[in-house]
Amino acid sequence: MPKLKVNDIEVEIDEGLTVLQACEKAGVEIPRFCYHEKLSIAGNCRMCLVEMEKSPKPIASCAMPAAEGMNIKTNTPFVEKARKGVMEFLLANHPLDCPVCDQGGECDLQDQSMFYGVDKSRFKENKRAVPEKYMGPLIKTQMTRCIHCTRCVRFATEIAGVSEIGAIGRGEDMQITTYLEEAMQSELSANVIDLCPVGALTSKPYVFEARPWELKKTETVDVMDAVGSNVRVDTYDWEVKRVLPLINEDINEEWISDKTRYACDGLLNQRLDTPYVKYNGKFEKASWDEVFKIIKSKFENASKDKVCGFVGDLTNMETGYIFKEFFDRTLNNSNYESRSDNRFIDNSERENYIFNSSINGIEESDLIFLIGANPRYEATILNARIRKAYVNNKTKVISLNDVGDLTYPYENLDGQTQSIKTIFEGSNEISKDIISAKKPMIVIGETFLKINSAKHLFNLIKTFLKKNNKFTDNWNPLNILSCDAATVGNFDLGILNNEINLLEELKSNKFEIIYLVGQDNLEFNKKNEFVIYQGSHGDKGAEIADIILPGSAYTEQDGFFTNLEGKIQKAYKASYPPGEAKEDWHIINELAEVMNNRKLFNDKDELESSMFNYIKLQQETKNLNHKEISSTNFQNEKLNIQLKDYYFSNVIARSSKTMIECNNSKINLKSTGTEG
Amino acid sequence: MSLRRPAKNQPKKFEFNSSSMDEAKKIISNYPEGKQQSAVMALLYIAQKQNDNWIPLAAMKHIAKLLDMPYIKVYEVATFYSMYNLSPVGKYFVQVCTTTPCMIRGANKLVEACKEKISEDENMLSSDKSCSWMEVECLGACVNAPMLQINDDYYEDLDKEKTIEIFEKILKGETPKPGSYRGRLNTEPENNRKTLMDVKNA
Repeated sequence: MPKLKVNDIEVEIDEGLTVLQACEKAGVEIPRFCYHEKLSIAGNCRMCLVEMEKSPKPIASCAMPAAEGMNIKTNTPFVEKARKGVMEFLLANHPLDCPVCDQGGECDLQDQSMFYGVDKSRFKENKRAVPEKYMGPLIKTQMTRCIHCTRCVRFATEIAGVSEIGAIGRGEDMQITTYLEEAMQSELSANVIDLCPVGALTSKPYVFEARPWELKKTETVDVMDAVGSNVRVDTYDWEVKRVLPLINEDINEEWISDKTRYACDGLLNQRLDTPYVKYNGKFEKASWDEVFKIIKSKFENASKDKVCGFVGDLTNMETGYIFKEFFDRTLNNSNYESRSDNRFIDNSERENYIFNSSINGIEESDLIFLIGANPRYEATILNARIRKAYVNNKTKVISLNDVGDLTYPYENLDGQTQSIKTIFEGSNEISKDIISAKKPMIVIGETFLKINSAKHLFNLIKTFLKKNNKFTDNWNPLNILSCDAATVGNFDLGILNNEINLLEELKSNKFEIIYLVGQDNLEFNKKNEFVIYQGSHGDKGAEIADIILPGSAYTEQDGFFTNLEGKIQKAYKASYPPGEAKEDWHIINELAEVMNNRKLFNDKDELESSMFNYIKLQQETKNLNHKEISSTNFQNEKLNIQLKDYYFSNVIARSSKTMIECNNSKINLKSTGTEG
Repeated sequence: MSLRRPAKNQPKKFEFNSSSMDEAKKIISNYPEGKQQSAVMALLYIAQKQNDNWIPLAAMKHIAKLLDMPYIKVYEVATFYSMYNLSPVGKYFVQVCTTTPCMIRGANKLVEACKEKISEDENMLSSDKSCSWMEVECLGACVNAPMLQINDDYYEDLDKEKTIEIFEKILKGETPKPGSYRGRLNTEPENNRKTLMDVKNA
């Protein structure tokens, strides 16, 4: 391990690091624009110049490999002069329009020019002006501000896997643009806004909305998909102004998908802000007391087993748990379900419904087999990880179906379930690949779990992997790719019913009362059922409801979510529910009080500790009660991956104007056919 | 500068004709498997030759597909180099050298001739759309200054009248004789040589 000196501090570093990284290790800050840990090294901004002993010129520390015995100085007048010179050149063509720039207050150029720059310019000539570029509905450009660090170009090519941004022209005429100014075709496109060290690429939906210092920042988790990306929610009063990524190396690194970032304007539209009761087909405002009384009388008049409840895709675990308790303890019935389709879940073991190899594990894997999954749209951040694995290790990826561009090459099979059967009966080339792979990953999508022979094939896959010793102490090859934030949490809480098929009974109109908590995806023809809908948005669920209980969205209440890997994370309250709306657990607790004159839980803490005890107990009993599953029949069918419209996958996204624009921009591109 | 940005009116289709394709394949085969992208500059030049001295966007796409690389990468290369023309320049593409040696020997007269005979401004097509001209930096024929280049040929030792003659010929569709217009052979001294008299073939 090479040793070197930085400002006379001796540091020992790993082989292959750069001088800049060595300086960071020594606790010395180096200004930079083009260098970014997650991207390749470009070395074109020259801001990171440092003095190296025996070098007549300053060196670009980001691009210089650190070597034994170097003596680096960063605090000499020589370095200061070099940095001032670089900064003066960078500012020569920069418009200095900070007062009207959205990046103001969180701009690297602004901050660093305060530290390292000079207070006046010697550049008397005309500054260059660059026309604005169109980069899609999310990215606003002001290319005159661009300092050509090429971070956005490298992000698009390396991380997002869509080589659509580039630098055209040369010298003063150089411009950053997408190919022919088309929208960037990536679900990660808006990350270039965070990467841009100046105000050249800013957020279009957030334009002139607020200054960074006016916003209240809350660190929380995202619920747009099951990955559970860590995000920071910025609020101005009640309004959620924007969502930014937080670094979590185990989950989202430092990227988030466009949906995570921009569906937040859906929190302002279509909100349910007061209880409603339907009289003669029309909704009328009501008070909480009134609606609770109506619900109580309805429950009392209905027979016990004619009541059922469904939990939705964005519901936090506290709500799910108290909902279950409400059914178990108050209504004495277990007709509750969190699935909105007939998918097969064997919840006798936890590994049957989580992503066991973990997101970090993707990078260690040497073979990824996708069955009925399209990770690009089902879990965008996870797909970026698979791409990373492909770029770094050339990981082999096989998909049962041809699912279009996944941003990395993959081998696709015929999409027949017969192929799955052949492979996992061990009589195929791919079976041999799986057997010879050290750390294979079988990624099973929700589409697969919905097919008729899901149970048969699932068990076949598991037995095959067990037989070939793919389950080891530090590797579990079985991965279920859930799509929704609440899915795994609900299964952990046991909100599913494998004895009775509630969905079939619902479709044949066997119930009298249906209680929906944030569940908008049920397909059934309503007849004489009395539907109670509790949720945040006026969507499909509220439309068919007879009573609406206004709940809160994920940014408006503290709540736990379990991501697809089974990691429990807490989402924190950043804003508060609108109007008369209340936190979801609170509504159910109060309803229970009205029904039985006794609250289910005294406070949130009691609810939480009870929930965690329950989960712990479940895990322990699950491990004890493992039973062999009887095999079922196989039938061949074609697996059709049916995706929910990517930009409209949940109520918040459906209410978001930005998501509509994103969707339209993709449709436009398809219809013009310019991509060919 | 306008030649470095793609033209507004673009042809819908572009494909290498058989001779261009043969040439392109030969160049691609110079590079090892997986490194075909290195051929991009040569291929752009072939496309430019085939398409009356300019490269349409369709040609860039065609090359990108041929070399299996993203469109933007080809586009970056094409916009970077000044010898790729991205707007129509005419079948006869006249480049007048106006760097110091030619300038001293009267390159501005050649420019005047261009303005009179071809078009008012640089990079503007002549009235019959067959010809355009531009000023360029040194073309490396300073000994025979002033000079200009039409497509692949150099026309040297010019003055205004001779230039006009040349232009009249090309506008008629003829190809004038390239080389010196004062009767010199290549770059030999003008009134017989004065040095190295004793060496026969110097």
